[in-house]
Amino acid sequence: MSDSHPSFFNRLTLALRAFWRILTDEPFAASVLRLEGEMPVAAGPAVAEPPKPALRETSPDSALQLLALLQQEGRFVDFLEENVTAYSDADIGGAARVVHEGCRKVIHHYLRIEPVRAEAEGVRLTLAAGFDTAAVRLTGNVVGQPPFNGTLMHRGWRAVEIKLPRLADGHDVRVLAPAEVEL
Amino acid sequence: MSEIRYAVGIDLGTTHCVMAAVDLHASDRDELAEGIEAIPQLTGPGAVEDRSMLPSFLYLPHPDELRPDDRTLPWGEQPAFVVGELARVMGSRTPIRLVASAKSWLCHPGVDRRAAILPVEGPEEVERVSPLQASMSYLAHLRAAWDYHHPDAPLAEQEVVLTVPASFDPAARELTAEAAAAVGLSHLVLLEEPQAALYHWILAAGDEWRKQVHIGDIILVVDLGGGTADFSLIAVTERDGALELVRVAVGDHILLGGDNMDLALAHTIRAKLAEQGAQLDPWQVQGLTHGCRHAKEILLSDSSVVAVPVVVPSRGSRLIGGTLRTELTREEVTQALMGGFFPEVDASARPASRARAALTKLGLPYAQDAAMTRHLAAFLGRQVDATRDLQGFAGSALEHASFLHPTAVLFNGGVFKAPPLLERTLAVLNGWLNAEGAPPARLLEGADLDLAVARGAAYYGYVRRGRGVRIRGGTAKSFYVGVESAVPAVPGMEPPIEALCIAPFGMEEGTHAELPPQEVGLVVGEPVRFRFFGSSVRRADHVGEVLEQWAPEEVEELEEIAATLPAEGRQPGEVVPVRLRAAVTEVGTLRLEAVPREGAESWKIEFDVRGER
Repeated sequence: MSDSHPSFFNRLTLALRAFWRILTDEPFAASVLRLEGEMPVAAGPAVAEPPKPALRETSPDSALQLLALLQQEGRFVDFLEENVTAYSDADIGGAARVVHEGCRKVIHHYLRIEPVRAEAEGVRLTLAAGFDTAAVRLTGNVVGQPPFNGTLMHRGWRAVEIKLPRLADGHDVRVLAPAEVEL
Repeated sequence: MSEIRYAVGIDLGTTHCVMAAVDLHASDRDELAEGIEAIPQLTGPGAVEDRSMLPSFLYLPHPDELRPDDRTLPWGEQPAFVVGELARVMGSRTPIRLVASAKSWLCHPGVDRRAAILPVEGPEEVERVSPLQASMSYLAHLRAAWDYHHPDAPLAEQEVVLTVPASFDPAARELTAEAAAAVGLSHLVLLEEPQAALYHWILAAGDEWRKQVHIGDIILVVDLGGGTADFSLIAVTERDGALELVRVAVGDHILLGGDNMDLALAHTIRAKLAEQGAQLDPWQVQGLTHGCRHAKEILLSDSSVVAVPVVVPSRGSRLIGGTLRTELTREEVTQALMGGFFPEVDASARPASRARAALTKLGLPYAQDAAMTRHLAAFLGRQVDATRDLQGFAGSALEHASFLHPTAVLFNGGVFKAPPLLERTLAVLNGWLNAEGAPPARLLEGADLDLAVARGAAYYGYVRRGRGVRIRGGTAKSFYVGVESAVPAVPGMEPPIEALCIAPFGMEEGTHAELPPQEVGLVVGEPVRFRFFGSSVRRADHVGEVLEQWAPEEVEELEEIAATLPAEGRQPGEVVPVRLRAAVTEVGTLRLEAVPREGAESWKIEFDVRGER
């Protein structure tokens, strides 16, 4: 579901939307015309310009799907949406067990999570040159050149594997939990 | 038709189904390419996941419950009825539309298994299905799942081993085979579940298994699943210098399993909450049962924990305010499970059976005594002579033994994932053995308690091609038809009935029994019913033997059987003398035929005849 390769259905909806807009929106039609004229140039191999750094939008689908699973098994949304100040710690603790047990089940079932560093927290370790800066964050007295010596404060977590349920085409992921009406 | 590529084992369980396969092309003596097959299924509306187990539930949704899109399966099908995890989840909220325990209904002699009777509690407008259809829908889902993953090797063309409880009667076996045939599984063999568990043990032990058992061993297999308990005895003998396994006895069908245990715990807690003034609605009881299962698993696997909190979430979105909180203690678990299901009893103990109240409501014949250990004592006691006629065992059977002495035990089924329950069962058994001066039984280490039966079944599909040890055994009962004895009629008294043996004990697959000398009369054009009996202890009876009387625990009456002679070429109402012949098909089902004195034709005798009444 990458943005640069829209699926057939995405293209179909886009085509239908564009069709109406071209008919009704004159400036839009003009830009489509320009875009159409430019296409061969853009696709041509002549210009070897380095790609500009870009930010991408993430698809909300899997985020909503995971949220729905956390709600379904662990009442996650119910818990977050409740005003905890009104209750005693014992009451909150009771509910937290439901949330913990259920959410943990979801996380363990659909993801495989491992610590980034296998060492125990608190030990001294050495980071050789070329370490993965995305997976290890340096803090404190960050000066000099690697190898760096420091103390492991947090082991970090890495999702090694994620496998969410496949969804039917018409499935509305925005419904995190359906309302329940008992007849 | 292409060559058979896989041996596929299917465990069609009371609470869940599992499918495993051995790739015959990729396997040789040293390396077996086998494993569990993932089963894609709906886990939520419109959401599909691969799971290793398919919950054996069928949900019949209301048109306003699910859109067709919500029922889309990976192979593009949108079935009207939901099978698997989503069915289980939806059924927990709307039980009136849920079909569960179809397998137990399939072997329930009190109902017509081909009639649309499920769900029993469903209101008028809910469409119903028969126990046979429900079983077919699970098999159809498994078949579609297989075909989706193996488009080049459709399941219909593979060798399929379908497991049944050892205690299934001939009618239930035939219905199971019929369900499989109806979904197109043509290369089918039935295998008893405890045998499949032992095959899995052999598979897991590799070549080591020959060192772990010895000639003269009697292996007790205790299979305690979600809904049923199943016992078998398998003896280790010798033939032509090699070890051989012979299944010598199977137990009765007992509807008692892990689900009963979770329910029992939930009731304990429910009573505790009621004392605090909290009343639970059915939805909360579901949540409570779930919480109890979780707490039980912690308490039974970690002996340092004294109590585990159990919380029952509120149904509404207010989680904190509405949640009920209590705890399950070690003592409660011990009392409810050890005391209720695994009590320490003597070898002479027998399950209590109280007279059933008048059958006012259609229901499953659940075990009346929850004590597993008493059922086990009864089984071993009844089978005390099981190995008497077996080569190499005659001398070892102790004269004063009051029950059959197993020398090794294999446990199977999800219940035994809790080590204390396994240890307790073994300790009780060893207590009985010790009391009679016998050495304690060894524990055969099993693995994969939920998946072993399917994997063992697939392995059996492989070894049946002559590539490993096989368990012999044949039918675990001898069979009899009731014939009225020729005595002068006494008014007001039914003529006494005699039992004519038509199938001896231990008939192997693909064999048929000889014709008994006795003839019975069939009326042309009308169904003629016979009373039908089976015995799991009369091992020596030959075809043609007539029992004039028998002890009630020795011979058990099964469902009636019926034969209908077509009227072609005969006068309706004419009486034709026939002899009854038994055969065991290659699939593993019993087949009875009526053979007339003249002519080459014969007629099949039906087991499941209730519907025709």
